[in-house]
Amino acid sequence: MKALRNLLDKMEPHFHKGGRYESWYALYEAADTIFYTPPSIAKTTAFVRDGIDLKRMMITVWLCTFPAMFFGMWNTGLQANLAIDAGFGSLGGLRESFITLLGASSYDPTSMWDNIIHGATYFIPIYAVTFIVGGFWEVLFAMRRGHEVNEGFFVTSILFALILPATIPLWQVGLGITFGIVIGKEIFGGTGKNFLNPALTGRAFLYFAYPAQISGDAIWVAADGYTGSTALSMAFQDGMATLQQNLSWWDAFVGVMPGSVGETSTLAIFIGGAVLLLTRIASWRIMSGVMLGMMATATLFNMIGSETNNMFAMEWYWHLVTGGFAFGMVFMATDPVSASMTDKGKLVFGALIGVMTVLIRVVNPAFPEGIMLAILFANLFAPLIDSLVVKANIKRRVLRNV
Amino acid sequence: MSKDSVKGVLISPILKNNPIALQVLGVCSALAVTTSMQVAVVMTVAVMFVTAFSNFFVSLIRNHIPSSIRIIVQMTIIASLVIVVDQLLKAYAYDTSRQLSVFVGLIITNCIVMGRAEAYAMQNGPIMSFWDGIGNGAGYGLVLLIVGAIREIFGAGSFFGMQLLSLTKDGGWYLPNGLLLLPPSAFFIIGLLIWALRSWQPEQNEIPEFKITANTKSGEAM
Repeated sequence: MKALRNLLDKMEPHFHKGGRYESWYALYEAADTIFYTPPSIAKTTAFVRDGIDLKRMMITVWLCTFPAMFFGMWNTGLQANLAIDAGFGSLGGLRESFITLLGASSYDPTSMWDNIIHGATYFIPIYAVTFIVGGFWEVLFAMRRGHEVNEGFFVTSILFALILPATIPLWQVGLGITFGIVIGKEIFGGTGKNFLNPALTGRAFLYFAYPAQISGDAIWVAADGYTGSTALSMAFQDGMATLQQNLSWWDAFVGVMPGSVGETSTLAIFIGGAVLLLTRIASWRIMSGVMLGMMATATLFNMIGSETNNMFAMEWYWHLVTGGFAFGMVFMATDPVSASMTDKGKLVFGALIGVMTVLIRVVNPAFPEGIMLAILFANLFAPLIDSLVVKANIKRRVLRNV
Repeated sequence: MSKDSVKGVLISPILKNNPIALQVLGVCSALAVTTSMQVAVVMTVAVMFVTAFSNFFVSLIRNHIPSSIRIIVQMTIIASLVIVVDQLLKAYAYDTSRQLSVFVGLIITNCIVMGRAEAYAMQNGPIMSFWDGIGNGAGYGLVLLIVGAIREIFGAGSFFGMQLLSLTKDGGWYLPNGLLLLPPSAFFIIGLLIWALRSWQPEQNEIPEFKITANTKSGEAM
C-alpha cells in the first residue's frame, strides 16, 4: 500500500497548475480519493461532530439501493421467465450466449439462479451504459471547470438505472443520462447547485421523447410479444376488483409484479430506506411528508368516490405498493440538494409530493404514474418553500421582541 | 448619430447583439413557431418585414411624436403592419397562416419590434432604422431557423416537409424524438445555443455572481 501512496504522490505535481497533465486533475483526484481519504481535512478540534462527509454519505445511499437492485434483477428475470414458460420467445441477441455461459438457459421461473442471471443480463448493460456515458460527462465537466469529480454521480447513476424498464434500448439510456447530467445538473454548476433531481430529469426526458419505450403495456416484461399491464394501469383500466383478483397486496408489497427494474419491491426499498433513516442520511421529515400527503389525498378520493374513474377507489396502502411511489419517496424525494433545506420546509415539500402523486395518478387520464412528475414539480417549489419558512421565522421573532 | 454604418447595423444583431441570444427577447414566439422549417421561414420573413417598416415609419415621424404618447403611436404603426402581413398570408399562404395561428397577430407584442422602435428608430434616421430592423429581424430569424431545423429534423425526421431520415413506423431506422415536437424543447435548444454563443464570445456573459474555486494543492486547502 505504501508503494501505491508513493506512486500517487510522485504523480501529483504533474496534475497541478503548470504541470504537464493539468487538465486531467479531476481524474487524478478521483483515482486518488478512491484509495485514500482526501488529505484536505480539518486538523483542529473546531467543528467535527461526525466523521461523515459527502463521500461516505453518497456511498451509503449507493449501498442502500442494493436490496432493491438485486431484487429487481431477480424479479425482471422471473417475469421474463414466466412469460417464456407460457410460450413467448425470449428477446434473444448477445444476451443469450451470456445466459448459456452461466448455465441459466433453461429459463426456469422456479430457479432463483435462472431468474437472477436473466434479470442481470438486462440490468447490468443498462447500468454500465449509464455509468460510462454519465461518467464521461461528469469527468468532462470536472476537467473543464477545474473541480473534482463528485461522488453524487454514483447515486445518480444507480437511481437512473433502477427506474428504467428492463427492455429499454441502450442508446436511449445513454441519451437519457446525458440529458439528466448535462441539462439537469452540470449547466447549473454541478452537484450542490442543481435544482432538479438529475436522475428524474433524465427519465422525464425519455418519458416525453420516447413514450413508446418507457410507458404502455408492452415493455414491462422482457419477452417477445408479451403484453402485460402494470398494477397501476390495470387499476386504472379495469378497477380495483380486477387488480385484487390478479395480484395480492402482499405480492405487490414484496414486488413480484411487472414494472421498472428497481421500483417494484416496496419491501426491498424499505430495507434500504431503514438504513438511510437510521444513519440520518435521508430526512425523515421528507419521507413522512410524502407518506402523509399521499395517505390524506388517497383517503379523500376514497371518500369522494366516483362512478367513472376507477382510481378513486384505490386505498392508500395500494398506492404505497404500486408504481414507483416507495422508490420515489425513499430515494428520490430525499435528495438533499434538490429538496427543501429547512425542517418545516421538508415536511411541506414532502406533503406536496404526496398530494401531487395521488392527484396525477387519480385525476389525470394521460399518465398512470405520477411520482416522477410530482417530485420534479416539488423540486421547483423547494426554494420558494424554504424562503417562506425563513420569512415566517423572521416575522415571528421580530414580533416576539416588539 | 451618423456613426453607425449600414453594414454595422445589419451584421451586429446577427451574432454580436442577437435579440434572442443576448437580449433574450421574443422567446415566446420562438417556442411556438419552430416545429417545422416552413413556419419558421414564414415567421422570419414576417418579423423582418414588420421590424424594418415599423422602424422606418417610426423614424420618419420621430420628431413629431409627443414623448408622452410615443408608445401608443409606435403600437399603432406596428399593429397596422402586422395586419397587412396577416391579411397577405391569409390570401396567399392560407395553410401556413393556419399553422401560425395567433402568432402572426402576436408579432405586435413581440418585444423585438417594440424594442427596436423605441431604442433605435426614435434616435436615428429612417434609412438606418430600416436596415437596423432588417438586421434585428434576421438575428431573430437565424435563431428561429436553427431551432426549427433541429426540431424538424430530429423530431419528425424531415426538412421542409421532405423526409430525410426514414422513420421506424415506416420500416426505417430513425425513432423520432417526441420531446422535440413539444414547445419546451425549444427552451432547451435556445439555452444550448446561448451557451455555445457565449462560450465563443465570452464578452456576452453577464458578470457571474460567484465562482467555483479552482483545484487546490492539499496544503492550500487548509
